[in-house]
Amino acid sequence: MNAFNRLLTGAAIGLAVSVTSFAAFAETPANMLVIAHRIDDVTTIDPAESFEFAGSDISRNVYSRLVNLDPMDLGAGYQPDLATSWDVSEDGKTITFTMREGVTFHSGNPVRAEDAAFSLQRAVILNKTPAFILAQFGFTPENAMETIRAEGNQLIITTDQRYATSFVLNCLTATIGGIVDKETVMANEVDGDMGNTWLKTNSAGSGPYKLDGWQPNESVTLSSNPDYYGGAPAMERVIVRHVIESASQRLLLERGDVDIARNLNPEDVAGASSADGVVISDELKGRLMYLALNQQHPELSKPEVRQAFKYLIDYEGMQNSFLNGQYTIHQNFLPATYLGASEDNPFTYDVEKARELLAAAGVENLEIEIGVREAQERIEIAQSFQNSAAQVGITVNITVGTAKQILERYRARELDVYLGAWGPDYPDPQTNAGTFAYNPDNSDEANATGLLAWRNSWDTGGLTEKVAAAVTEGDRDTRVQMYLDIQEEFRETSPFVVMFQQIEQSALRDNVTNWSTGQAVTSAAYWQVTK
Amino acid sequence: MALVEDNNKGRPSRAPFSEWFWPAVSTALKTLGSIAVTLVGLLFVTFIIGRVMPIDPVLAIVGERASQSTYDAVYDQLGLDKPLIVQFLYYLWDVLHLDFGTSLLNARPVSEDIARVFPATLELATLGIIFGVVLGVPLGVLAAVRKGSWIDQVARVVALVGYSMPIFWLGLMGLLIFYGILGWVGGPGRVGIFYVDVVPSVTGLILVDAALDGNWDVFKNAFSHIILPASLLGYFSLAYISRMTRSFMLEQLSAEYITTARVKGMSEWNVVWKHAFKNIRVQLITVIALSYANLLEGSVLTEIIFSWPGIGSYITTALLSADMNAVLGGTVVVGLIFILLNIFSDLLYKVFDPRAK
Amino acid sequence: MAETQTLRQWLLTDTPSSRRHAKLSALYQGWLSFRANTMAMIGLWILVVLVLVAIAAPLIAPHDPFVQSLGDRLAPLGTEGHVLGTDSLGRDILSRLIYGARITLYIVALVALIAPVAGLLVGTVAGYVGGWTDTVLMRITDIFLAFPRLVLALAFVAALGAGIENAVLAISLTAWPPYARIARAETLTIRTSDYISAIKLQGAGPLRIITKHIWPLCISSLIVRVTLDMAGIILAAAGLGFLGLGAQPPSPEWGAMISEGRRFILDHWWVATMPGLAIFTVSLAFNLLGDGLRDVLDPKAGE
Repeated sequence: MNAFNRLLTGAAIGLAVSVTSFAAFAETPANMLVIAHRIDDVTTIDPAESFEFAGSDISRNVYSRLVNLDPMDLGAGYQPDLATSWDVSEDGKTITFTMREGVTFHSGNPVRAEDAAFSLQRAVILNKTPAFILAQFGFTPENAMETIRAEGNQLIITTDQRYATSFVLNCLTATIGGIVDKETVMANEVDGDMGNTWLKTNSAGSGPYKLDGWQPNESVTLSSNPDYYGGAPAMERVIVRHVIESASQRLLLERGDVDIARNLNPEDVAGASSADGVVISDELKGRLMYLALNQQHPELSKPEVRQAFKYLIDYEGMQNSFLNGQYTIHQNFLPATYLGASEDNPFTYDVEKARELLAAAGVENLEIEIGVREAQERIEIAQSFQNSAAQVGITVNITVGTAKQILERYRARELDVYLGAWGPDYPDPQTNAGTFAYNPDNSDEANATGLLAWRNSWDTGGLTEKVAAAVTEGDRDTRVQMYLDIQEEFRETSPFVVMFQQIEQSALRDNVTNWSTGQAVTSAAYWQVTK
Repeated sequence: MALVEDNNKGRPSRAPFSEWFWPAVSTALKTLGSIAVTLVGLLFVTFIIGRVMPIDPVLAIVGERASQSTYDAVYDQLGLDKPLIVQFLYYLWDVLHLDFGTSLLNARPVSEDIARVFPATLELATLGIIFGVVLGVPLGVLAAVRKGSWIDQVARVVALVGYSMPIFWLGLMGLLIFYGILGWVGGPGRVGIFYVDVVPSVTGLILVDAALDGNWDVFKNAFSHIILPASLLGYFSLAYISRMTRSFMLEQLSAEYITTARVKGMSEWNVVWKHAFKNIRVQLITVIALSYANLLEGSVLTEIIFSWPGIGSYITTALLSADMNAVLGGTVVVGLIFILLNIFSDLLYKVFDPRAK
Repeated sequence: MAETQTLRQWLLTDTPSSRRHAKLSALYQGWLSFRANTMAMIGLWILVVLVLVAIAAPLIAPHDPFVQSLGDRLAPLGTEGHVLGTDSLGRDILSRLIYGARITLYIVALVALIAPVAGLLVGTVAGYVGGWTDTVLMRITDIFLAFPRLVLALAFVAALGAGIENAVLAISLTAWPPYARIARAETLTIRTSDYISAIKLQGAGPLRIITKHIWPLCISSLIVRVTLDMAGIILAAAGLGFLGLGAQPPSPEWGAMISEGRRFILDHWWVATMPGLAIFTVSLAFNLLGDGLRDVLDPKAGE
């Protein structure tokens, strides 16, 4: 921390010498990457617990995983990281990873198979939010010590049944697959918490960066790991500064106070792109914007009504106005770029068609409540929908609340209509298929709050079985066709109106190269960035 | 007069207290007792609000994708299975041991969070009140002395505009003009990004820390960031302080002893400052103390507009994410400040104001 | 009447013929001195216009405030058909401001009814009954006073859910304690007066004394305070709207409009500026009026 202070002081003095007034254009030091980003969603940085966007960014740069995605070639899928190779047993249930030799943690401890086993066991045993990603392979806190084990330089994991190998490995590229330093973590254990309390605010990884500090709602500072096995990163410091307002981020960028602004709204992107020395980088993300109709509602559960709502969205109008450049029309539950994602978007804004469908269903004077969280673009989508619905005589009342308020009512099956976003948890089609189109028990008692289909009381009309079959299919092409079929049926019959897929627009100073926010499959990476 | 920046509330009751005649110890005990009762009441109300809020603290922690078993584990861990009153008593017990618990959302002790965010508010409020006093008091005195003149009219308009301005809007416009267009001041936040953590944190007040360290670049930068929000807050307390000063002064100037002094041929300067002003000092300090208390309570909207990591925005954020330990901790601190400043001004009255005896 | 004396002369008489005459006369004289106060009259006129605008909103608004036109979004000031431009969804800002006046007036009226009445009740009871009741009630008042006001309002709205009615309740909840203090202070001075003792001797019960004799005496100081607080109420409501906890979309509440517009502040500044000016104008009008009223009703405080 002291060296860091000195460096910053040096930078500050250098800056003060070159800058004569507050208004003058400043430039960030050549070896430092400064990012303006909203990081208020970070609640913990323990890889076994972290599940939010900004937290995943930290993890991706601090913790190496067994297999990982290359920011320079995300389309190539998972690549060796701490594991150099893996073998799958005959029955497809056991995978044996061979660990990379000579890699060390930031603490200087060697990275061993034992650390890898500990990290995965720990994630399963702690059973925090993202634990379901591992639990779906049959790992439980009770059996974790047997199903995940180290032998010499090898890590051996045994799943409860055969799964597509790509499915298992894709899941290991998620944040929860981060490998932690067992010795350091256990040295900080309190009351048998496996170091959870300590790791919430500290790091023990082997990735290209180490964490210098995380000030909640203020900043995250990382410094490069000179001993990183893949070579020391070009950017020796990375500072992520929490800036809420889009306008503030833009001003900071235009003034050269930051290198990258990540949360500009369409108007500020348009404004910033005309500024000197600023370029815009677009990346298709995995987040989908959708409307969900509660099937407990007597009218909304009619097939014609579900269909009618799909014609009541002004897809083009919104895409070309307030969502301009940041969302693209997408009407399937698998985000584009995912394995098996359908590109068909058959629905258009057609008030007449909707009116006919509603008349056929005998719906009159419908009044419904739509829950939205207080994010401006969502409130605007809701208002646009309200406007369209009014034209066919449907009264829509908008309830805006904090994310948590609205979510709670959604999970309790209380909302008529929910306007929300869904982002995939790991880069495999199962991540969305398993929630949008999978609901084995639709009863209230099942309380399967994690499943979107359950939250909307939708029994999936037989899709559940098809989803279950697709996830164990070993042949890639067959699997793709299965997902295409599921999506086609889902589009027509489901109570979900999938509308848009997100495009993340980062505004960069034009000297920044190789920036990657991870597209639809992962989070932002800093180590390949140069200036 | 904006909600948070309201300076009018809590005018001290001027009813004479018979307690004044009791032994000092008894008074002190009583005061302490009433502080304790008020604080516990404050906590209780906050606690109840936190519990009836339709935000599930467990959900706030585990997020929307957690499995039921994860959810249940956190539910028990938070002690939510116990009756409300038991939870409250547990909480009180911890507070008595100066343990405000851990923030549910960032996994740090609440006391640590408050120690970080409070100095930010303190710095902003202090600078704001300095503006308010330095400009507001002379303006008020002048307006009273030149009653009905153009100066009085200007003072009146300045104050009324201050009372009427939505601070969040003025803040936005100020940022747009002075930072966005003119570039005269620093942007949102306490200090430019390269100046973060440059000087060792001694007091938590960046201006003071920078001065102690002799690092004038940091000082300059921090000052460029604080000047706009502090001026805004200063303007709002100026509005209030100048009006109150004016009316206190008018009361004095119409008093008989002033007429006598004038008749005696005392210079106007002496009449105004040595006599009239001297007599309103105690009242004025009360007004300033209350104004300061209101700024310290956290000017939520100002802090939000300027991304100022102060206690107002801390409590607000915590509230909206159901982080009740943080809300309770913040409320105690803010409530305590308010109560203490109130008691301070009450005491001033009792000690210095002859009429209160 | 006109033959012997004009109405004006009758009102300005030095020798009132009845109690009612005296009251009317005093009111008229107050009005005269109020009318001489230019700034207060400006405030009054602004408010009269505001009320008229709110009543006649459907007649004078050039557009439906809710109709969207995504093609015409963010039109600048002076665009044909949209004098004050359009917002993010292409709605006419002027029309939204006009309809928003209704919401503002609605909020102000409700809070001005609820908070002072609650404060009056608590304050007079505490002051008149005294003893333990007084201690307990005043302690509760202190607790609410010690709360950061916006935080209390926020907490309340967060607990009950966002919406205009809840915002009104929340603001009232934070606004009543000062009224309670004023009412208590007035009660304390009145309670011991000979006048009240005389009524007591006539056998009047506490309820009757409080409602018939103490309340009327407290009201004039409360009215002044309420008028002066109106601006604060408007700003508070706008603040809640700004934080997304007041009126719900698509309602054209002014604070919410600023909040929507602040995203475009750099390139489309008018979207946030116009509602800000509206809030400022109205709360300034209330302050001007309140200032003038105080001069009339409570000359000592103003001078």
